[in-house]
Amino acid sequence: MSSNNCCCGIVDEKARKLQEIIENHKGQKGALIPVLHEAQDVYGYLPMSVQKTISEGLDVPLSEVYGVVTFYTQFSLKPKGRFKINTCMGTACYVKGSNLILEKLQEKLGIHVGDCTEDGKFSLEACRCIGACGLAPVIMINDDVYGRLTPDDIEKVLEKYKDL
Amino acid sequence: MEFYRAHVLVCGGTGCTSSNSEKIRQEFIAQLNKNKLDKEVQIVVTGCFGLCAQGPIVIVYPEGAMYTMVRLEDVQEIVEEHLIKGRLVKRLMAGDKDHEDPSKSLENVDFFKRQVRIALRNCGVINPENIDEYIAYDGYKALAKALTEMKPEDVIAEIKKSGLRGRGGAGFPTGLKWELTSKAKGSQKYIACNADEGDPGAFMDRSILEGDPHSVIEAMIIAGYAVGADQGYIYVRAEYPIAVNRLEIAIAQAKEYGLLGKNIFGTDFSFELELRLGAGAFVCGEETALITSIEGHRGEPKPKPPFPAVSGIWQKPTLLNNVETYANIPVILNKGADWFTTIGTEKSKGTKVFAVGGKINNTGLVEIPIGTSLREVIYDIGGGIPNGKKFKAAQTGGPSGGCIPASHIDTPIDFETLRELGSMMGSGGLIVMDEDNCMVDIAKFFLEFTVDESCGKCPPCRIGTKRMLEILERITGGKGEMEDIEKLEILSKNIISSALCGLGQSAPQPVLSTLRYFRDEYIAHVKDKKCPAGVCKSMMSYVIAADHCKSCGICARNCPVNAISGDKKVPYVIDQEKCIKCGVCMTKCPFKAIFKNA
Ligand SMILES: Cc1cc2nc3c(=O)[nH]c(=O)nc-3n(C[C@H](O)[C@H](O)[C@H](O)COP(=O)(O)O)c2cc1C
Ligand code: SF4
Ligand code: SF4
Ligand code: SF4
Ligand code: FES
Ligand code: FES
Repeated sequence: MSSNNCCCGIVDEKARKLQEIIENHKGQKGALIPVLHEAQDVYGYLPMSVQKTISEGLDVPLSEVYGVVTFYTQFSLKPKGRFKINTCMGTACYVKGSNLILEKLQEKLGIHVGDCTEDGKFSLEACRCIGACGLAPVIMINDDVYGRLTPDDIEKVLEKYKDL
Repeated sequence: MEFYRAHVLVCGGTGCTSSNSEKIRQEFIAQLNKNKLDKEVQIVVTGCFGLCAQGPIVIVYPEGAMYTMVRLEDVQEIVEEHLIKGRLVKRLMAGDKDHEDPSKSLENVDFFKRQVRIALRNCGVINPENIDEYIAYDGYKALAKALTEMKPEDVIAEIKKSGLRGRGGAGFPTGLKWELTSKAKGSQKYIACNADEGDPGAFMDRSILEGDPHSVIEAMIIAGYAVGADQGYIYVRAEYPIAVNRLEIAIAQAKEYGLLGKNIFGTDFSFELELRLGAGAFVCGEETALITSIEGHRGEPKPKPPFPAVSGIWQKPTLLNNVETYANIPVILNKGADWFTTIGTEKSKGTKVFAVGGKINNTGLVEIPIGTSLREVIYDIGGGIPNGKKFKAAQTGGPSGGCIPASHIDTPIDFETLRELGSMMGSGGLIVMDEDNCMVDIAKFFLEFTVDESCGKCPPCRIGTKRMLEILERITGGKGEMEDIEKLEILSKNIISSALCGLGQSAPQPVLSTLRYFRDEYIAHVKDKKCPAGVCKSMMSYVIAADHCKSCGICARNCPVNAISGDKKVPYVIDQEKCIKCGVCMTKCPFKAIFKNA
């Protein structure tokens, strides 16, 4: 197939990578989800334009692509912040008061779960057990884990990101 | 292999990585280089030792000295004292420090004494990124034995004889499942591993994959040989980056060694293995949903029958087992089914790994013979409840399970006893709760989870669980009525009998179970509008005890909504209308004059 669908002429780095991902998986059975994972790694989220390219590239109806993207919570239609805050709401963290941590984060950032601050700096998510129950309650900011937290610690934690 | 006089094992499990074990490892490298010991002492990154709450953990061999809560500045001392002068750093050691032979601290840590490690045998012992270490610990020996000395039906017979039951929750006899898949019609068959570990608050499977990925790979190859499949899939959560990475490394190494691929051990048996990443949907842990997801679709469950053993991935017979189930297989073949059946109870053989968390001192992973009592797990292994609080209940089986109250603490833990108590073994999450936890709130927590995770395919689950959650919100919000309790029971019954898949069918369990053992707490919420544990915010208030208040004003300055007022010499008061019950004032008052009124 030669459906190299560049209409605008500017094939930027991300678009090129996306094509590569699609090429690598073309013809493979059950390729859609692996392709979506890799595409999200490139773009940070899955805007409609990316879903469309994938739909055409893999020859899967767009409605199906969209259906899969919206089914799984790992896939995001919205861009995330530069710093992704994930609050563990697993059971071990919950019985140790993670809901109070989450409330504090919402209050300090002025956003709700699933949203991003206006400057695009922080986004806030709730997740399930991240496997660090020994340190419960825990939050993750990008790849860094903060454990044994109390609501009072949140300010100090956010302080670290002030000038970043 | 080079010879090292000592080995420093640094835990690289998720718990310890979170408490900075990677920096500890780098510091060891720096300190060893500085002292020119890098040719004498080897640093090994391992999987989880199980005692995550005490992390980061470092073990130094040959003595086997276990150091806990190691800080960066401790590394120099361990190197200079232990590795150079041969003197143990007792201050950092776990267990009985005054024992005659303190170096054997691993053996005298209560936490490990009562455990029997089969599935976790290599976790915290070997470097999971090095196939040679796995092989040195009998790795791939069972595969060699199966392929060269046993017929497929012999393998199945041995697993059947061992009495091994599925560790993914339901406890289905593993040997029987293998036999059904092997007898199913079709030339193309698949092996699949359920590493979706959805129970929030559980991390057994993750630790096995992080600490000993080859054991699962070896077992899947054996399973392929036994049932006649040449392709396997491991369905693992994308949220487990360390596990995914170690699996990728392990698969590549197994390929390099000819343990995966064509003509394994020179036989005509071939087997390929691929990873598939989950994408954050709890329902994908259910077997038919998992299969749909591997095929690349929305992970919605399908009615059973047909069972996967007959029609699974791409409608071909598929053997699906859980991570921990697989991790047992190589040991059973190596040591024999007869040995395996000496561990456990009459109906349930072997061990079970639990992720023990919540209000317990030794949060972590434990592997115990099935039939061990809850009391032993909580007090002898787990070290009891922190802060002198009272044990209230333990939740097993996550959102599909129920709680075991203090009155049943001596029950031996196995598939049947837990079911009789209205809970279930589940995949191994065990959350301990103390007197400060409200059981109605816990039931609500699990129901919120199911409402979130319901795939929406069938109305009893999609709508029914939402109704139940609304009722629980009313009750915890102080607006419940007595008939709400009955309504919960009726809804539960209907959902259990009519939902399509296991998620819906078991969703009411946490509610039914808390109603069974803690009905009085529900009644207190409904009738007296009181939350006995003081958790439900609508029913409690913060008050200042006038006779203890020294009018320092600290509380008022810290209140985020300016709900506190007062003046010098007069006690401060909280305006209950304004108060959002954040509790800050209580933690800030230097004179303990503020208390919770439940
Ligand atoms: C809603 C739901 C979630 C499940 N989640 C898991 C899971 O996370 N891991 C797992 O191994 N089994 C899970 N199961 C059980 C699987 O459907 C299946 O029974 C199991 O993986 C079979 O393996 P076993 O026989 O080795 O236990 C779940 C079942 C249901 C109904
Ligand atoms: S019971 Fe719930 S999760 Fe299962 S198929 Fe029905 S709606 Fe989906
Ligand atoms: S509980 Fe919070 S809102 Fe209420 S008075 Fe105390 S500090 Fe203010
Ligand atoms: S902090 Fe305590 S002592 Fe001080 S004014 Fe508030 S209640 Fe009174
Ligand atoms: S429940 Fe939060 S890390 Fe496990
Ligand atoms: S992660 Fe280190 S002991 Fe569990």
